[in-house]
Amino acid sequence: MALQFLLPDGEEWRTAMVDTPVFAVSTPEAFRDQLVAMAPDPATGNADPVKMKAFFARHPESARAAERIKAQTPSSGFHDSTYGSLNAFVFVDGGGRRTPVRWWMVPVQPFESATPPPPAGVPNYLFDALATRLRQQPLQWHLVLTVGQPRDPTNDATIPWPPDRDRIDAGILTIDTMEGEEASLARTVNFDPLVLPDGIESSDDPLLSARSAVYSASFRRRAGEPVSASAVTNTEVEVSGP
Amino acid sequence: MNGVARFARTSRALHWTMAAMVLAMLFIGMSMVASLGAYHSLLSVHRPLGILVLVFVVVRFVNRQIHPPPPFLQDMSSRERIVASASERLLYLLMFLQPLVGWGMLSAARYPIVLFGPVHLPPILPHDLRLYEILRSTHTALAYGLCLTFMGHLCGVLFHTIVLRDRLLRRMAP
Repeated sequence: MALQFLLPDGEEWRTAMVDTPVFAVSTPEAFRDQLVAMAPDPATGNADPVKMKAFFARHPESARAAERIKAQTPSSGFHDSTYGSLNAFVFVDGGGRRTPVRWWMVPVQPFESATPPPPAGVPNYLFDALATRLRQQPLQWHLVLTVGQPRDPTNDATIPWPPDRDRIDAGILTIDTMEGEEASLARTVNFDPLVLPDGIESSDDPLLSARSAVYSASFRRRAGEPVSASAVTNTEVEVSGP
Repeated sequence: MNGVARFARTSRALHWTMAAMVLAMLFIGMSMVASLGAYHSLLSVHRPLGILVLVFVVVRFVNRQIHPPPPFLQDMSSRERIVASASERLLYLLMFLQPLVGWGMLSAARYPIVLFGPVHLPPILPHDLRLYEILRSTHTALAYGLCLTFMGHLCGVLFHTIVLRDRLLRRMAP
């Protein structure tokens, strides 16, 4: 889930979130190592298990993160997933007091676990299901801020913070329309995690600056490519607003 | 004391301040695009410093109308004078265009143009990715152009100072 908040004074907050409890790696170097280890073997078309095992041996934090991600029950669709910033950020108040924060978009829709297998031959079934739901009623998520304590790690997105941390319900997101890729900002805006308004800052998480740098490079390359046909089209998912 | 006509005090102050800023910008820009860990902090300096360069170029242009440069050294040939004036004009043009292209490319990509804290500039171009790509490539090309012109300028002054020893540097020395 990617969100763009446009503040009245022209400032902006962009956030791109995923539906895992933690991120798979803690540093850009580990991310590169993971990509190399995951590269499909030309003979089998699959990742080489020996290389993955070696990667996890070198990065025990990623092995623990993989277990946590695997332990989470997949949701039945986009509408009942919880999306998290995973990286920590720093909220700064008017007096300069700094508080580490992670945020989550928690669905109002009740959670249902996924029922495998997914329908064959319908590649967009998750988008189609979302459009069907939206035609019936708007969907909502709470923006929940998890407030970190001074010793909670802010530089390692593979480690969850203890479950008893204060949670602040900061607002409700309501989605009542849907449009295809060709009409939306999904392609033409870079959801750089460090596009932040005054008062929200990067933490010491090394992934943040790296995400910013890599998103910027890939955004530039995509800007130079011819626009390909949308995988999810307007006619397929169009929902007229209420 | 030496008969060499010097640039006005304000002109010299502006020249050396900008020399430091432009050199810093070139190094920040080149390090930034090659860095993961320092990308964000370098970019946070690159944006406001670039806008400051733009402001300085305008101030400098006005200052040049108020305080015209002193005449060239008498023993400079007319060809040398043409090259010297043309390279100066090219430097001015590049220092003016480069921040403007930077501002324009951020506008076309729909990035917020944050200077510091809540202070930001409005976009100057419409949201258009093709335009962004063209301006982003132009920004790189102008950076190389600035590097080369900057080095040409430096080499010219070094040649006059070390080989010809004609006290040319004295005109601009702080």
